[in-house]
Amino acid sequence: MAKSALLKSTLAKKYWMALTGLFLCLFLVGHLLGNLQLIFADALQFNMYALFMTTNPAVKILSYLTYFSIIFHAVDGILLAVQNQKARPVKYVNNRPDRNTIWASRNMAVLGTLLLVFIVTHMVNFWAVMHFNKDMPLQTISITTPMGGKQDFYITTGSGSSRYLPVQQVDGENLIKEGNKFYYVMPVDENSTAAKGSDKETQKAFFAEGYKDLHKITVAFFKNPDYGLIATILYVLSMVVLGFHLYHGFGSAFQSMGVNNPNYNLLIKNFGKAFAIIIPLLFAVIPVYIHFFLKA
Amino acid sequence: MNLKLKIWRQKDARDKGRMVDYNINNVSPDMSFLEMLDVLNEELNNKGEEPVAFDHDCREGICGMCSLFINGEAHGPDRGVTTCQLHMRKFKDGDTIYIEPFRAKAFPVIKDLVVDRSAFDRIQQAGGYISINTSGNTQDANAIPIKKHNADMAFDAATCIGCGACVASCKNASAMLFVSAKVSQLALLPQGRVEATERVLNMVAKMDEEGFGACTNTGACEVECPKGISLENIARMNREYLFASMK
Ligand code: HEM
Ligand code: SF4
Ligand code: FES
Repeated sequence: MAKSALLKSTLAKKYWMALTGLFLCLFLVGHLLGNLQLIFADALQFNMYALFMTTNPAVKILSYLTYFSIIFHAVDGILLAVQNQKARPVKYVNNRPDRNTIWASRNMAVLGTLLLVFIVTHMVNFWAVMHFNKDMPLQTISITTPMGGKQDFYITTGSGSSRYLPVQQVDGENLIKEGNKFYYVMPVDENSTAAKGSDKETQKAFFAEGYKDLHKITVAFFKNPDYGLIATILYVLSMVVLGFHLYHGFGSAFQSMGVNNPNYNLLIKNFGKAFAIIIPLLFAVIPVYIHFFLKA
Repeated sequence: MNLKLKIWRQKDARDKGRMVDYNINNVSPDMSFLEMLDVLNEELNNKGEEPVAFDHDCREGICGMCSLFINGEAHGPDRGVTTCQLHMRKFKDGDTIYIEPFRAKAFPVIKDLVVDRSAFDRIQQAGGYISINTSGNTQDANAIPIKKHNADMAFDAATCIGCGACVASCKNASAMLFVSAKVSQLALLPQGRVEATERVLNMVAKMDEEGFGACTNTGACEVECPKGISLENIARMNREYLFASMK
């Protein structure tokens, strides 16, 4: 009884909604702090952060938890919405829910579904590009040479002389780039053990990683002459949707978990409302800043 | 005052049902809502038409038998009252009043405005009691010390009259406010603690089985409840259930 109760009952479904929902709220804070670097930090800092977020093992665990939470929260939410629809097969002719509830609380499933559409689009636009695009540009820096000409260098994770690699020399005879990794190419030493049984004439040695230029992709996306403005507007609208979802959701999650103490209710409610306004607002400021104010 | 009524008429459980318009004149503002319907039924009777069926018993707000979804709200526009305590002075001359039955899959319509709320009884039977014989050997009320605050909260929860307005108002037709009031009233007292674990598990299981929806914490129930049952009870039930299901 007890075990199945924790998965199947309506109360248990709500515990999971609340737990995953609150975890996603924590995720939002982290994600926002990262994104704000688009305004308050330079491109290299942002790209270094992006590299860290895609490679650090601890972050990996957190990101899998986040994917899981989104999927579980969405599936559970839709199951609840279907069950709730079924609980009243004949609707009222005249219903005045505005007399006893706030709009956001009655539209959590619609708001959530819109958020799901946003999350999928958002991941296709940025996450998938960062993870799967083989031709993702790497960050370069332009340096004026003593002769007055300009030369581009890749910035890498390497140190010393390999920190900056002249773009012109890469993919030349002894320096190649695959994805975001740089390799030295060396002729095979006939006597080395590595060469035995191999008919390759050369051998490559990894020595540094470049920084995928997510900053450039992001700026280009929101500054795109064709769809940049639309993308910015849709992003801002999505944050309005998030705001409404959280305006009810944040406090609701505490109630679902059984936290309701008259001494703290006002605090939780007001914190939730502030959270629901401030977090989406700061998210929304970023694309607006990029589209209208950032110098390309 | 003169009013236009739009009333749900449905012959029996299988009939599809529809809204029917009625005019009623010379309604006194001092009448209760049910008295106004009595007058309408008298007129219908005199004309040889089928009177409107609606539920009622005590007509003083204590039995929970009256229902009605009036102008989009359970027990009508007034707060903290049942339909039998609602007065016609809350309406204006010339108003149109929609009168519908409480709507929920778990509350099927029997006839017109009468719905079957025995799902509530079955939830009560699943655990809303204590298995001690209290008749004939009643203990002194002060033999077991109980915190005043807990006694007050238990008493508040116990004022639930089982009318079902919470279900009717909830967008999910959820019975959480009713069930949590019944769970809390016993969970807050030492006599009720003995069976608290089984009680909450069984009553929630029954609630789900009867086809009520889940709780989205919209709070409509608390606003519309004629007895002012607090959402705190729902949180308490969420806690009770969480701990009970981990035992
Ligand atoms: C960043 C994304 C999201 C966050 C931070 C978030 C947060 C929350 C929170 C805190 C709650 C309250 C839980 C409770 O009442 O116990 C909630 C409820 C809900 N969420 Fe989300 N959510 C997000 C995305 C989504 C998505 C993608 C869906 C997709 C369908 C969704 C659907 C729902 C639904 C239907 C509810 C109400 C469940 C109910 O009470 O019946 N949410 N959300
Ligand atoms: S909780 Fe309130 S609305 Fe629900 S059944 Fe009890 S008295 Fe009626
Ligand atoms: S008839 Fe008893 S509460 Fe209204």
